[in-house]
Amino acid sequence: MNSAMTKTAIINARLIDPATDYDGQGAVVIENGKIKQVVHGHGAVDIDGANVIDAMGRILAPGLIDIRVKTGEPGNEPKETLKSAALSAAAGGVTTIVIQPDTDPAVDDPAMIDHIQRRGAALELVHVRAAGAATQGRKGERMAEIGLMDEAGALYFTDVDNVILNSRTLQRVMSYAASFNALIACRPTEPWLSEGTVATAGELSTRLGLSAQPAIAERIQLERDLALVEQTGARFLVDQISTDSALEVLTRARKRGLDVAASVSINHLCFNEIDIGDYRTFYRLDPPLRTEEDRQAMIEAVRDGLIDVITSAHCPEPAENKRRPFAEAEPGAVGLETLLAAAITNLHHENGIELIDVLRPLTHGPASLLGLESGTIAEGAPADLVLFDAGAPIVVDAATLKSKSKNSPFDGRRLQGKVLLTLVEGRIVHDQRQ
Amino acid sequence: MTQAALVTEIIQERLTPFPKDHFLAAADLNPPAAMALLDLADAFVDFNRQSAKGVDVMRGQTVVNLFFENSTRTSSSFEIAAKRLGADVVTMPVASSSVKKGETLIDTAVTLNAMKPEILVVRHSASGAVDLLSQKVGCAVVNAGDGRHEHPTQALLDLLTLRRTFGDVGGLTVAICGDVTHSRVARSNIALLQMMGARVRLVGPPTLIPSVAQRWNVEICHDMKEGLQGVDVVMMLRLQLERMAGALIPSTREYFRFWGLDREKLAYANPNAKVMHPGPMNRGVEIDSDVADDLSVSLIQDQVEMGVAARMAVLAALAHRRAVGN
Repeated sequence: MNSAMTKTAIINARLIDPATDYDGQGAVVIENGKIKQVVHGHGAVDIDGANVIDAMGRILAPGLIDIRVKTGEPGNEPKETLKSAALSAAAGGVTTIVIQPDTDPAVDDPAMIDHIQRRGAALELVHVRAAGAATQGRKGERMAEIGLMDEAGALYFTDVDNVILNSRTLQRVMSYAASFNALIACRPTEPWLSEGTVATAGELSTRLGLSAQPAIAERIQLERDLALVEQTGARFLVDQISTDSALEVLTRARKRGLDVAASVSINHLCFNEIDIGDYRTFYRLDPPLRTEEDRQAMIEAVRDGLIDVITSAHCPEPAENKRRPFAEAEPGAVGLETLLAAAITNLHHENGIELIDVLRPLTHGPASLLGLESGTIAEGAPADLVLFDAGAPIVVDAATLKSKSKNSPFDGRRLQGKVLLTLVEGRIVHDQRQ
Repeated sequence: MTQAALVTEIIQERLTPFPKDHFLAAADLNPPAAMALLDLADAFVDFNRQSAKGVDVMRGQTVVNLFFENSTRTSSSFEIAAKRLGADVVTMPVASSSVKKGETLIDTAVTLNAMKPEILVVRHSASGAVDLLSQKVGCAVVNAGDGRHEHPTQALLDLLTLRRTFGDVGGLTVAICGDVTHSRVARSNIALLQMMGARVRLVGPPTLIPSVAQRWNVEICHDMKEGLQGVDVVMMLRLQLERMAGALIPSTREYFRFWGLDREKLAYANPNAKVMHPGPMNRGVEIDSDVADDLSVSLIQDQVEMGVAARMAVLAALAHRRAVGN
């Protein structure tokens, strides 16, 4: 039944496709892993010989594309393997994951890109793609083989959480990458203001006695990065914007005509600095959780379409790395399985953003940024789809997550939005319809 | 009735259960509970001045001192306090033991917990570490200092010292001077002094006073002479020298010139103002020996004496809470 060769028809669905701006009644016919027919409204559906799935009015959308996923493979498999990450993605309605290159060793040459993508493909779960390091060993000193990695299928280039300190190195990376039209992503974090910090500077972090970074650490570095983008003409992604003041910098640069993309993590849309409460290490994130004003600004930016990509910032850390004093705990949170439900709950139900606008930075946004064929419900596109119930309540239980690490800040929280069915190239990789 | 029996009776009269299972932060207290602890501590002060200091409030109970950070004063103060209450005391300087070998804080806590102590006294270099540990053990936990977060028994002994000196803490103006940013003593004292009705002023260079402190209902003053005007108490903080050189202040001599407490600056305070310091002091950096050693203004030695009495009160009240049930 899971063979890509069978024909499947999903009828009685509410199709939401940000790429074609369609939100309404419809049906989809899948054959040979691709979308063969898209019916808007109540037109005739080619169900001849098809396995028919009645969506019963539930939402059918393009599968989510998560461009910032960390695993522990290679080098730290107890945290997460490609397989556990892929299972987690499938359960969350995520059909493409882009693995970050900060593994051990770093993914900084074409053989490593090839390795990750082959291992991922062999799982036959979701699409496992790779981002390459921008510099060798992510050390910020010498340029990595951006051209060869690009050829091997790397989707973009980033040193992940390492900031390329040397502006001349970053300038060269950007101008070199531009000749391949390769996308560079950088975290905007001024290294000296943020060194050794574990929280955002404010009343709470001061009272708790935690070393904290001021919000301007993000703005200062973003100003530098954007100046280099302007000079080199690189394609650029601001990786995980989290403060209002950085958002202002971005908006100003775009007004001047600079074409840069920006991502935000789901955590910074859902939580603020107060959530760390009495040293709750599951809320120790990098960048740290910000003020409520910052969080609101991020939500408004999603509403206004200023955010191109929402990521899960999936970062598995086993319990022993979290059950430590706050400053000694590893930062990060798993998020693949809760991404869709958290986005729907927070952005749609709580903040009234239309579902199509919530789904855009989760599907079409990353697809167009990375040049993927998926991320849309269109004839000829890969049949990467998610069927979900936007109103169904769930209670997140970290113990049941597919990820090998259970460090979810959503543990115990009530969310609305349940993934019923995930299809990758027409194959059912997750089925929770019962 | 003998003198000793009389003191014992007073102690029994004043002994009330601690308001919480653990003493992690000043906020675990409330004004009546703090007053009760001070009353009890007062009795212990008298008791400690006798030659035979043994009492059996905690006979048969075990207190474990777990110090992940080196400390002589605080750990011996707790050790003496527990011994005078009749408890068995084990002091573990873990700064140099298994924790360095990769055993986690939680593992250590669980191991010690299995040995069934009644009270764990913990110091750790990370803010929140003692709080975390308290969630994993069945015994009462006393925070003997966690990172830059809190050092609540220090604040309680400072309160005891002040009440015995001034009679009442309410209405006093206290200047806390120096490195507030990195000081757990400052955080606990701000909370407890305000709880008891004192006015608090923070004095120091902008690099050592957190800017958000304005939201704590304190006055902030970057000029020492101005900051000491009209204060009843000058509470000096220890400068962590290794943190300083060229980073947060240019040099210790410049610091002493502008923020070190000497006679000249002290003259700006009220005529009968008193000087405190949690120790150990950097003489000639944050405080002039001339001031520190002048017993007519300095309460620094009293603080050490009050430390034992205040900690006896905390340990006895925590043990009493366990004995009578919550």
